[in-house]
Amino acid sequence: MANALDPHAAVVATATGLTDGGLRTADGKPLARALARSQSLARRRAFLLVLPLLAFILITFVVPIGQMLQRSFYNDGFSAHMPALSQWFADNPRGTEPDDAAWTALATDLQASAEARTIGIVGTRINYDVPGTRSLFTSTGRQVRRGLEPPYQAALLDIDEEWGDPRLWSAMRDASTPLTSNFYLAAVDRTRADDGSVVQVEERQQVYVMLFMRTFWLSLVITFVTFVLGFPIAHLLATLPMRKSNMLMILVLLPFWTSLLVRTTSWMVLLQQQGVINDILVWMGVIGGSQRLQMIYNQTGTIIAMTHILLPFMILPLYSVMRTINPSYVRAARSLGATSWTAFRRVYFPQTLPGLGAGALLVFILAVGYYITPALVGGSSGQLISNMIAMHMTDTLNWSMAAALAALLLGAVLLLYWVYDRMVGIDNLKLG
Amino acid sequence: MAVPTYATPLERVWHYAYLVICGLIFFFLIAPIVVIIPLSFNAEPYFTFTDRMLSFDPEGYSTRWYESLLTFGMQNPDTTGWAFWSDAWANANWIKAAKNSIIIGVCSTLLATVLGTLAALGLSRPEMPFRRAIMAILISPMIVPLIITATGMFFFYSNPCELLGLFGLPTNCGRLAGTYAGVILAHATLGIPFVIITVTATLVGFDQSLNRAAASLGANPRTTFFRVTMPLILPGVISGALFAFVTSFDEVVAVLFIAGPDQQTIPRQMWNGIREQISPAILAVATLLVIFSIGLLTTVELLRRRSERIRGVTPR
Repeated sequence: MANALDPHAAVVATATGLTDGGLRTADGKPLARALARSQSLARRRAFLLVLPLLAFILITFVVPIGQMLQRSFYNDGFSAHMPALSQWFADNPRGTEPDDAAWTALATDLQASAEARTIGIVGTRINYDVPGTRSLFTSTGRQVRRGLEPPYQAALLDIDEEWGDPRLWSAMRDASTPLTSNFYLAAVDRTRADDGSVVQVEERQQVYVMLFMRTFWLSLVITFVTFVLGFPIAHLLATLPMRKSNMLMILVLLPFWTSLLVRTTSWMVLLQQQGVINDILVWMGVIGGSQRLQMIYNQTGTIIAMTHILLPFMILPLYSVMRTINPSYVRAARSLGATSWTAFRRVYFPQTLPGLGAGALLVFILAVGYYITPALVGGSSGQLISNMIAMHMTDTLNWSMAAALAALLLGAVLLLYWVYDRMVGIDNLKLG
Repeated sequence: MAVPTYATPLERVWHYAYLVICGLIFFFLIAPIVVIIPLSFNAEPYFTFTDRMLSFDPEGYSTRWYESLLTFGMQNPDTTGWAFWSDAWANANWIKAAKNSIIIGVCSTLLATVLGTLAALGLSRPEMPFRRAIMAILISPMIVPLIITATGMFFFYSNPCELLGLFGLPTNCGRLAGTYAGVILAHATLGIPFVIITVTATLVGFDQSLNRAAASLGANPRTTFFRVTMPLILPGVISGALFAFVTSFDEVVAVLFIAGPDQQTIPRQMWNGIREQISPAILAVATLLVIFSIGLLTTVELLRRRSERIRGVTPR
């Protein structure tokens, strides 16, 4: 039983099932409760160490991304500034022809919005769905500020006939609630027809699905090329004696530590039409001086540069797995009559799969979200979905669209991240 | 790795072919980085080796691009001596960019290292609840595409208090976008995963009984940490810090989205240079950065070996 001289007796008794529930610690507390308390204290201490960073990451990283994603399905640019018309849309089901009440609501809202100088926001929101309508709103706004006489339908149609366009009314109906799925529909090349049904956009406007496909396809190609190039290197490094392999490892780690922009720049220098590689090819007589190869500002440039940049991420996990493979398995296979190819295929290669999976997933995840390198060496055919997000952020200022594309990309990346965690475990992520 | 004695002739041929292939891949890895170094000394504004360079004519080489780095943005580049250097220090664009990069890099590294090391200590304790999920969240800044992170930060840093509105608090407390603080916070976020990964890796072999021994000998927790734990995990902490520093030093997307004109960093300046008119001056910067990364790589390798030695983990 527990006593002051031998407190461990109680622990032993609990562990061996000899307890009668009345065990107490040296200072007289019930043992079970004391144990639970000390464990929860330890848990709390560990958690308190992590808490500052967790809070930091939540505030500076998770919340901003959440806020950004909210824009992809929430846009009150129209509904907040056109309350009367939004109310009319709420009261009348889809398909109702705009009646006098609707036109009156539209006119009052336009007047109020023009006075408050928010008409540009309203126009921008509708412009996302019906391109070219922003100027309709702003110019009408300028005119209604000077006064508008009923009947409003005639007056507004007089200012611009486009006010009668059913597509415009359909778009305004969609925008009359702040919650919208239109940006996601647009992100997969769909749009709403006048009757509210979902249809594909015109063929020449279908860009996003193609871009997603291209992003995934190029990432797959890059992952495959890094595997083909990385496997022999990792194998060589893993089988050489430590001294030599440490020397050669520097050749892998130096690119890893070199600035991304530096590596992209050097590929621009090498691959240019007047660049080093073309010069060498011309000098060797492989190609004529007038048929210099176009290796940059297209997909080839993106693939070459990104393969170079991501190769260390394939080599390092492969290497750390290959180091642990016991060479005697292959020797055993050989002694049992396997040819070197069979021994490699049936014995060695399967053992490298964990490293291969880790490397391939990491390379793929990083490639899918790449922005800088495609932007600099990709030309127009080597752009990825990240570049489209950046374009919507900085050029077209269609932030909701950027957010919807980002949400889809993020979903894909997080799914892969989850798979990575299941398969490899984040704890096994190694650097250098 | 030698050819086994029982190898067939074909296998021997394959072995040497394999070595050649590996040599080519190493060449692919390293050549693009090496090639820009001689090109940065080109006397002509070309991105390829001129005939004079190939015949090792000293006329073909010059340091003009390095000088242009210094004089670009200076008010009066024709002065000499003290006046030249003080002008360069105050006005040269690349020097300003370097100063910004270092300020932002050092501050964000400090923040990331302190928070990251504390968290790694907690995560390495066996009692840590929800370890896997929390680890996944803390590593995610490394995994989430930078453009998404930067987009999110762009909105958040323009008005960091927007969410306080949910609790009925005032929503206007200034901007973080376009300030040093904003860029530092963003870069700290991006550097944290690297600190977590390296420090938790160092703590894997850490013997917890050393802490208990220190405590039983009368050391308080603070003394235990600084005299026992810290010296042992220091190599991991330093290499994590270096990773965080490089991340910040090399980061351009977040800077593009949230930095103002006052926070031009070296990568931002390079980005502008590459996009507008690429001149060999970019190669001069690139060469300096390559030398910088060689220095960093050497430091990290030395630290790693030292860490393995003091933890008694012998290299396999």
